[in-house]
Amino acid sequence: MEVTLTDVEPGRRPATIPGLGRPLRAEEMVISMGPQHPSTHGVLRLELVVDGEIVVDVIPHIGYLHRCFEKHCEHMSNYQQVIPYADRMDYVAAMSNEFGYVVAMEKMLKIQVPERVEYIRVIMAEFSRIISHLIAIGTYGLDIGAFTPFLYCMRDREHVLDIIEETCGARLLYNYMWIGGLSHDVKPSFQKQVSEFCTYFRPKIKELNDLLSYNKIFIERTANVGVLPGDVAINYGASGPVLRGSGVKWDLRKNDPYSIYDRFSFDIPVGQGLKGKVGDCWDRYMVRVHEMEQSTNIIEQAVAQLPEGDVQSAIPKRIRPEAGEIYVRTETPKGDLGYYIVSDGTASPFRIKVRPPCFINLSALPAMCRGAMIADVVAILGSIDIVLGEVDR
Amino acid sequence: MIAQELHDLLKTTFGEAILEAKIDGVFDPFVTVAPDRIADVARFLRDDDRTQFDSLMCLSGVDLTKGNLAVVYHLHSTKRNHKFVLKAVVPAANPRVQSVASVWRMADWNEREAYDMYGIIFDGHPDLRRILMPDDWEGFPLRKDYQVPEFYNGMKVPY
Amino acid sequence: MKTFLLELLNNEVLVYTLMAIMPLIWVIPFALFAVWWERKISAHMQDRLGPMYTGGWHGWSQTIADIAKLIQKEDIIPTAADKKLFMLAPYVVFTGSYAAYAAIPFAASYVGSEINIGLFYIISISSLVVVGLLMAGWASNNKWSLFGALRSAAQIVSYEVPVALSLLAVVMVVGTFDLQEINHLQTGPVWNWLVFQKFPLLLFACLIYIVASLAEVNRTPFDLPEAESELVGGYHTEYGGMRFALLFLSEYANMFAVSAIAVSLFFGGWNSPFGDFLSGHWLLDLFWFLSKGMALIFVQMWLRWTLPRLRVDQLMYVGWKVLVPFSFAIILGIGVWVLAAGQ
Repeated sequence: MEVTLTDVEPGRRPATIPGLGRPLRAEEMVISMGPQHPSTHGVLRLELVVDGEIVVDVIPHIGYLHRCFEKHCEHMSNYQQVIPYADRMDYVAAMSNEFGYVVAMEKMLKIQVPERVEYIRVIMAEFSRIISHLIAIGTYGLDIGAFTPFLYCMRDREHVLDIIEETCGARLLYNYMWIGGLSHDVKPSFQKQVSEFCTYFRPKIKELNDLLSYNKIFIERTANVGVLPGDVAINYGASGPVLRGSGVKWDLRKNDPYSIYDRFSFDIPVGQGLKGKVGDCWDRYMVRVHEMEQSTNIIEQAVAQLPEGDVQSAIPKRIRPEAGEIYVRTETPKGDLGYYIVSDGTASPFRIKVRPPCFINLSALPAMCRGAMIADVVAILGSIDIVLGEVDR
Repeated sequence: MIAQELHDLLKTTFGEAILEAKIDGVFDPFVTVAPDRIADVARFLRDDDRTQFDSLMCLSGVDLTKGNLAVVYHLHSTKRNHKFVLKAVVPAANPRVQSVASVWRMADWNEREAYDMYGIIFDGHPDLRRILMPDDWEGFPLRKDYQVPEFYNGMKVPY
Repeated sequence: MKTFLLELLNNEVLVYTLMAIMPLIWVIPFALFAVWWERKISAHMQDRLGPMYTGGWHGWSQTIADIAKLIQKEDIIPTAADKKLFMLAPYVVFTGSYAAYAAIPFAASYVGSEINIGLFYIISISSLVVVGLLMAGWASNNKWSLFGALRSAAQIVSYEVPVALSLLAVVMVVGTFDLQEINHLQTGPVWNWLVFQKFPLLLFACLIYIVASLAEVNRTPFDLPEAESELVGGYHTEYGGMRFALLFLSEYANMFAVSAIAVSLFFGGWNSPFGDFLSGHWLLDLFWFLSKGMALIFVQMWLRWTLPRLRVDQLMYVGWKVLVPFSFAIILGIGVWVLAAGQ
């Protein structure tokens, strides 16, 4: 006879958990993972329904970091003021968020930005891809129990942050890309610093691979874990390394080019299931490692072609787009970041909706976790690479 | 497929359910669909060989003011690499739209968010709860006529 | 040592008490040092410096400050916890790991208790740790602690088997359970050490012992019971202050205990690696024993800061399907060898 908790302990626990959609079975236990947990990468709370160490279901609870981004945007007095807020969504790769927003606004206002601005933006966006992936890879090592790669990643990240700091004065939240231009031009030594970084960084990727990526235990822990087939990933709207890890060759920089990405030659790494099935955690991890190499390639090409010019010549005096709406998506380190901007013809935004890639990638988590073990939940969550600032906005 | 063809295709297939279309003079061409048919249209667009919209990029709620809310669906196809926009307009007094969560699972959380922020009820959604706001929050914050409450559980809200 | 003390004090009870306390003189400073050392090793492996400010040279007094802080902390017991068990558990754990020191020969003239089944005693008494960990995990009334406790019980019980089997291989070669006698057998140059006897069978036994002992003391890659990224802190999630310090202390005490067994059984114990050179005095014995032990502890730390962590089913796989069959094969091989050589 199946005993449910309703029969056993009526007063002590709810027999049904919101989101589970069925009564709890007697052998199941609910564990609250987070919001204060070392491996939820912020204030994510997962309710794990476990049977021993086997995870039967996962119910994510988000919103602990909700800062009303969209509500704030509607109350801004002009469009430029949104940019510092956009920074605070994916705060480990803030440049990418700004990039998407300014691209959308420039398209809406029909502004042609100078070449130099485009090149610097691409360099910065690729830098932010590198620093975001370094955090993702480093903390993924932590999740699996390897502490040392994390600090190696942080060390390399410092070099990028130093370059960005010299350019715009900030290390985390930049407010650097403005609608129609940039807040500062780069330093004269910028090109030299960037090339030095590229030559420094390539051997470090190999070092990382030797230490972590091809470690036997690491492969055991990540291969064949949390498999997300390609068609399921598309159905979930997954994007970025999560989608490419599932073997789908989809990158907006190639498939729907924006800015000047069509001028550079680079590859789109996809998961190939080298160590397990296509779409497992190792594939998603490895896509990030390869993407860092490709970003280094793009940066090298861009910095070699960097033209001269004034970075502020196209900044409009008044920003007052015509009534209308636009949806623009860009490829951030986490996935497709979309901005749906509705203007009513006044100077302040009528509606700005963000399509946060982390939020949507995270919604595929329960599907990946069912039947896995508790340790795998940590591995799968780490391989999705979420930033709660973007999930909750 | 370009937007005009898509519109014609939908018009011939669904007839009355396609209410309005704007193809020219906008950044993203869109058609407005009757809210109680949106799931059928979505399923058709996903499964039909000519359209193959296998992914929903974005699902947004919008307060159109004048007593109307809208749900905006940005679709794209990874196979055919084309985009399209659907809209469903509902009265704010009784905002009910068919859920497309069974068509694209991506819509699951986004519909919850639209419910959370605008109070739009998605019929057929498997688990329509608040997602970003606390479960016991009152009102729908992104509606234009929303008044920020003085207190939430005894805590002062505006500061 | 015992006879000397007996002559000096002429009181058996006092002498045995003194003998029991003596390893503490080593264990506590060792734990303090090892924590600092581990932080330094990890720091230098990770391109950073580690503690540098507290105390003078390279932050040497950092752990002393830590301990001083932990002692001063409020003793917090969760309201829903089982109070008695919760308070008792750290002492049980510490007792389990400290009791093993009684049979470890630190020098030719010093062993806490000269029992002829020393090895047997160590294997059985160190299992007391599991009881303590289970008590800690259960009494905390925290699901993560419970998971940690269950994992550690399953892990330690499983890995006792390969540990005991690999030690059994040594016993088959030397024919005694007495650790002091085993040490005496290894006197002489390096190739007299047991790890090189019956080559390569005992070398493999030694490797199995070292791997399995890592699991016994919950070190990476087998640190699942306290896997920070999964179980927050495992069984010691709810502990703070002095009780946490005690759990921590016994962890390091355990580390040295398993290394000491490996040193005694495989690496010549307190014998000098150069035969008669630099040996004979009890201080030299102590020096060799402790430095060999520290070398093995360095290996444990080295592994910890290099390797990721296994999953619980993979851990069981390694234990039951790899280490146990191999140790049986080694025992079989040694049995055949001993029989053939005897005839």
